[in-house]
Parts: sequence; structure tokens; C-alpha cells
Amino acid sequence: MASALINVPAKAKRGDIIEIKTLMSHIMETGYRHTATGEVVPRDIITSFTCRFNGAEIFRADLFPAISANPFITFFTTVTQSGKFEFEWIGDKGFSETASASITVE
Amino acid sequence: MRSFGAITAALLVAGAVGATEIPQAERRSGYSFMKPDTRAIQDEDTANPGMLWVLDGEALWKRKSGATEKACADCHGDARTSMKGVAARYPAFDKATGRPIDLEQRINSCRSNHQQATPLPFESRELLALTAFVARQSQGVPIETGADPQLAPFIAKGRELYMQRQGQLNLGCTNCHDDNWDKRLAGSAITQGHPTGYPLYRLEWQSLGSLQRRLRACITGIRAQAYDYGAPELVELELYLMGRARGMALEAPAVRP
Ligand code: HEC
Ligand code: HEC
Repeated sequence: MASALINVPAKAKRGDIIEIKTLMSHIMETGYRHTATGEVVPRDIITSFTCRFNGAEIFRADLFPAISANPFITFFTTVTQSGKFEFEWIGDKGFSETASASITVE
Repeated sequence: MRSFGAITAALLVAGAVGATEIPQAERRSGYSFMKPDTRAIQDEDTANPGMLWVLDGEALWKRKSGATEKACADCHGDARTSMKGVAARYPAFDKATGRPIDLEQRINSCRSNHQQATPLPFESRELLALTAFVARQSQGVPIETGADPQLAPFIAKGRELYMQRQGQLNLGCTNCHDDNWDKRLAGSAITQGHPTGYPLYRLEWQSLGSLQRRLRACITGIRAQAYDYGAPELVELELYLMGRARGMALEAPAVRP
């Protein structure tokens, strides 16, 4: 069960600076922990987050083991036209999730 | 686990004065003790990680399960109406077992009896998700737990447990949560111990957790042997705490440090 929470304003004025907030469900297992019997718990983290607007990449982040579970990533951008934000999270063990949100620019 | 040891001496002295219950008007949710940044996480649905469990719970609510191939939604319909106020009445008296059961146990009894599915383990992602989804429908609803007269002997047992000193630190819940709630224990606010936000997301846990998990942590903290999940003693404690918080608004899924 993986789910994402996305907060993008539905509307904005041309040239406005808007804040985008994203929350992705993930355990972010560091790979540095051991079980009671001494085996290493294998690393299982999100390694990359990307945001595209109308197909063009506008934001990217690499993630590392020190980042807490359920990573909350926020950033700012300016909008000049209506369109669609597409979000993608990629990680260990073939983890791959997407989400999208549209904005109307007046 | 943070150690409670450092303040033991101070509390033992304070405790000797005798526990006093908090007057109704002075009751405060754990929320009011938190730093602004932790409150901000709880306040916004798209920043509150507890909402990830609520989303999962909504999906599970609609998923057919067990031998009867029935979903929760097939019997209970839209949770926004059918489950509104339900969490504010739990733990509630269960006729079948003649005992109080908490919300997790109630959901599991629907799984066994009405879906003919295997009960979900305590603290499993699925049980927490369903509980968070059901509890969320009561956000803002005042707690009513304890009105049923059949609960009286169990509330009394819960109260007794709450007052009783135990563990290597020889402390009762009341010594911290009634007598010293305005003080701090190492870095943490002690708070009045009201169960208004459960299941809740604890930054220390990096996860959602149940009220029983919180209670087990406090019991381990006073170096006593914690009861197993689902133990009657834990449900009685939950029942007493919910009754003690009667009238306070539910705020699940809350966020705590
Ligand atoms: C076949 C029908 C059926 C299904 C499926 C079902 N329930 Fe129930 N549920 C009931 C009935 C009937 C009751 C009333 C008490 C009883 O008889 O068990 C109830 C009671 C409850 C209550 C307590 C309500 C109250 O007011 O105290 C909760 C909470 C609940 N169900 C949650 C769930 C969840 C969550 C699921 C899915 C995992 C579920 N139920 C699946 C029939 C069902
Ligand atoms: C030594 C002091 C101490 C004792 C004794 C103690 N607790 Fe706690 N309790 C705490 C502290 C400190 C916290 C807050 C921890 C944090 O959030 O970092 C807490 C948190 C809680 C909470 C969560 C409140 C919220 O807002 O989420 C509940 C409920 C609770 N305790 C119940 C109990 C019960 C029941 C007992 C007895 C079995 C008990 N506690 C014993 C110190 C104590």
C-alpha cells in the first residue's frame, strides 16, 4: 500500500510563486540496522523524486538513508501557464510511484 | 526508549503528596503542549503523515475480504455518515464477550464474524489504517465513552491501574499525568495523558501507532512489564483514559514528537 498526498493550488495568477507540498508513504529503511539475530536489515529507501510540469522537469531531489520515513518534500515554482504537474518517486526494490495535479493559471 | 530515571527522585517526593485529579476546566489535549512545528504537521492534512494511513484505510474499507467476499462498505456504506461519532464511544461494552473492547478489537470482530476473515495483527499496517480511517470520521466529535452502566466495573479497574505505583521506578500514571503534567521529562512535555488523538503519528516511531502502543511505552518507561497487546488491563486503561477525557474533542490522526 503506497499512497501520496499532494498539495498544489488549483488556481494561480500568471507569474505567481506557488508552493508545492508532497508526502509519500515509505518506510525509508536505512540499511544500517540489524535484527535481534544480527542480520542486516536491507536498505529500502526512495532514491529519487522528480517533478515535471507539462512534460519538462522543474525539480529533482536525490534521497539518502538519513531521510525519515514518509518523506515530505516541498518546493516553490513560478507558473506562467495552465497545466499538469507530474510527480515520480523511484527507489530500492523496484519502488516506483507516480501522482499528478493540475493547475489553472489566469 | 528515553530513560525516565533522571526525574524519579523528584517525582517520588511529589507523588507522596498524593494524586489529585485534574479539574474539568483545566484539561488540555496533548496538542496544546507541542511545539509550533509539530502542531503545523498535524494541522494540515497534506503534511500530516497519519493521513497516509487514513487513505490506505479508505481503500481497505471498500475492498472485499474473507469467505463472505464482503467489504466494510457493503454493510456500513459511506463511512462519513455511518462511522461518524463511533470512535468517540470506544472502548464500548461487547455483549458477546461480556467485556469492553476497543476500536481495533471491534474492527477485528467484524472481520472474524461478518467477513469470516482472519483477524488483523495488532499494530499491522492494515489494522492501523482501518482504525485511523474510522477514527478520522469522528474528528472534532466530543468523547462520550463510558456512558454505558455495564462499563462501570471496568472503568473502576482501569482507574485502579492508573493510580497504582508499579515498576522499578515505582510510579503510577497519575504521578506524572495528574501531578506533574505541567513539567518536562528530559526534553518531553509530560502532558495530561489524554487519548484524544489515537491512532497517531509519532515522529519517534516514524509510524502511526495505537493507544495501546503508547501505553506500553509508558509502562516500559517506568520499568514495569508491559501487558501484551489486547490484554484486558490495557483495554481497561484505555477505557478509563477515554472516560477521563469525556467531552474533549477527538483529533485522530494526531502527531506527537
Ligand atoms: C456483513 C456485514 C458487515 C461487514 C462486512 C462489516 N461489518 Fe462492521 N458491523 C456489522 C454489524 C451488524 C455491526 C453491529 C454489531 C454487531 O452485530 O457485530 C457492526 C459494527 C461495527 C462497528 C461498531 C459500530 C458502533 O456503532 O459501535 C465498527 C467500528 C465496524 N463495524 C467496522 C467495520 C469495519 C472496519 C469493517 C471492515 C473491515 C466491517 N465493520 C465489516 C456488520 C458488518
Ligand atoms: C515518568 C512519567 C510517566 C509515567 C509514570 C507515565 N507516563 Fe504517560 N507519558 C509520559 C510522557 C513524558 C509522555 C509524552 C512523551 C512524548 O510525547 O514524548 C507520555 C505520554 C502519554 C500519553 C499520550 C498523550 C498524547 O497526547 O498523545 C498517554 C495516553 C499516557 N502517557 C498514558 C500513561 C499511562 C496510562 C500511564 C500508566 C500506565 C503513564 N502514561 C505513565 C510520562 C509518563
